[in-house]
Amino acid sequence: MDNLNHLLEGFAHVVTPMNLLLALIGVTIGTAVGVLPGIGPAMTVALLLPVTYGMEPTQAFIMFAGIFYGGMYGGSTTSILLNTPGESSSVVTAIEGNKMAKAGRAAQALATAAIGSFVAGTIGTLLLVLVAPLVVDFAVGLGAPDYFAIMLLSFIAVTAVLGSSRIRGFASLLVGLVIGIVGIDSVSGQQRLTFGVPQLADGIDVVVVAVGIFAVGEALWVAAHLRRKPAGVIPVGVPWMGREDWKRSWKPWLRGTAFGFPFGAMPAGGAEIPTFLSYATEKKLTKYPEQFGKGAIEGVAGPEAANNASAAGTLVPMLAIGLPTNATAAVMLAAFQSYGIQPGPLLFERESGLVWALIASLFIGNLLLLLLNLPLAPAWARLLRIPRPYLYAGIVFFASMGAYAVNAQPLDLFLLLTLGLIGFGMRRFGLPVLPLIVGVILGPRAELQGRRSLQLSGGELSGLLGGPVSYVIYAVIVLVLAWPLVRRYIVRPLVEQRA
Amino acid sequence: MSLDVTERTDSGSRPSPGGHRAQYGVCAFLALLGLLVIVDATGIAHATSSTDPVGPRTVPVLLGVLLLVIALVYTVDVARGGRAEPEGGEDVDLTNPIDWRTVLLLIGAFVVNAVLIEPLGWVISGALLFWGTAFALGNRHYLRNLAIAVALSLITFYSFAIGLGVNLPAGVLQGIL
Repeated sequence: MDNLNHLLEGFAHVVTPMNLLLALIGVTIGTAVGVLPGIGPAMTVALLLPVTYGMEPTQAFIMFAGIFYGGMYGGSTTSILLNTPGESSSVVTAIEGNKMAKAGRAAQALATAAIGSFVAGTIGTLLLVLVAPLVVDFAVGLGAPDYFAIMLLSFIAVTAVLGSSRIRGFASLLVGLVIGIVGIDSVSGQQRLTFGVPQLADGIDVVVVAVGIFAVGEALWVAAHLRRKPAGVIPVGVPWMGREDWKRSWKPWLRGTAFGFPFGAMPAGGAEIPTFLSYATEKKLTKYPEQFGKGAIEGVAGPEAANNASAAGTLVPMLAIGLPTNATAAVMLAAFQSYGIQPGPLLFERESGLVWALIASLFIGNLLLLLLNLPLAPAWARLLRIPRPYLYAGIVFFASMGAYAVNAQPLDLFLLLTLGLIGFGMRRFGLPVLPLIVGVILGPRAELQGRRSLQLSGGELSGLLGGPVSYVIYAVIVLVLAWPLVRRYIVRPLVEQRA
Repeated sequence: MSLDVTERTDSGSRPSPGGHRAQYGVCAFLALLGLLVIVDATGIAHATSSTDPVGPRTVPVLLGVLLLVIALVYTVDVARGGRAEPEGGEDVDLTNPIDWRTVLLLIGAFVVNAVLIEPLGWVISGALLFWGTAFALGNRHYLRNLAIAVALSLITFYSFAIGLGVNLPAGVLQGIL
């Protein structure tokens, strides 16, 4: 019950008028920015980072908790009312959600998304409270070789499991790893890839990378293919649900949560798989199969809950091991690092107050989100009509401001543009961006842990193998890499035999 | 860019968003990056010690070699017809070819801000950035946009630089703002 005490302390910390106001501001701008078309949760957090530069870490993270869930929720509003989801995790929500909206049931679709997000977010955050300390207990005993193996698994997972092409995933990862080694090597003090530019000695700031790839890359990409006539927005009133809608929604919410959280917490989980699983499950279990594909409320309630629960789940490895599993968590991790705080097992010991305040504000942010979003939905819907030139001019404006503010050097703006062009090229050629971001963030730490392991073994490569934990992880890596072969030569023949 | 035009004409029935041949450019980029990383790594003093048997060179060399390998594998994949879908989105209309004029104008606005931010200050350079981007994206309400741009950069300067202590330069307006 130690955790419960910590959590209560966290609440006590957060429930001051000033902090509640910050949480409210975070939720409001998080949702407002997240609703804007073209801006997913990861970009929302990246663009809003500079807002918190002048604040104390605790206050900044109270605000971030709001931005985090607000950005998530904003994205689903967009996909329901516009039907062109910006991020893959809301693709499924758009399938039934937009059909409902077209059939005049936008209010119910938004309501089941909002309430489902609240239910899933609350349960997910509770699970985070229960699971994270267990993961910390496990992670405290890990040595450098184990961490090295975990990070390798993370690299392999984001490239090989997520995304459609492994080659393109690995290309993206390698570019990220190269960006990560720019600067002074922390062990030997040697400069790498700095080309004699003194400003590069500190490396390229992760915030600049994230903003460049997500925001500037997206703005350039949209500029190249701007839809001259923006997609039609479906007008909506205040969300509400009838008795029948509640009856059809509550089970999908819970099932979606059950799918979402574990997937989010896994190194390669993400939100895509659980949202699809949830959709498939609801389609199978529903009493109204004829409505699926025409606007079934279960098809919004389940995936939306899965999406939010998965977001809560990603915070487990992010906080307890320092391992980002999706783009939003990666940017959150960058936010921690910009405060000089390194997430990982020691975080719960060293910055206990901060962590529990963050978790408490996740609960509060979630509640505020529900109270705010039901009445404000019509206002959010109006945001979708913002003229596109202003929207993308605003994105570029805030991206430049944020990137400059990190170190106050114009060079960062040129780096930002270069990274934006890389992001543009990646979108053009279908390279996934997540491996790049994960490579930038985890690359230097993986190198450090790898070198530390070899130092312990005196340079013997066997030092990388470590103990039982890393054996298991390497086995998983081999399995993941060999999976296409396994499927081709073992699984498929077996299935055919049976058939 | 001429490549894009020819591609659109010869694929006729279905617009080819993957851009097959242009993908070789990505392979070339990866190979060049790999070479660059290896060349840079050979210039690093090979400083291994008992506390750091690996040294600062090993990882860059490894990454460089992997980049060359992936460039090769990628090339083979493209040659065998492999391609990936360009990313869609709310405001993205992939049926049109890339509009390079808009992209270049936007880059121009961006560079103007990067060059002018220190001498002229954020309020002026940021306003130019907003105005230029809106112009690049096809908005032609010059005066209205200027008013919005100036308002936005003044608001951000006062709230972030002065209110929250974020680093934004005042430039020539130092003392006036």
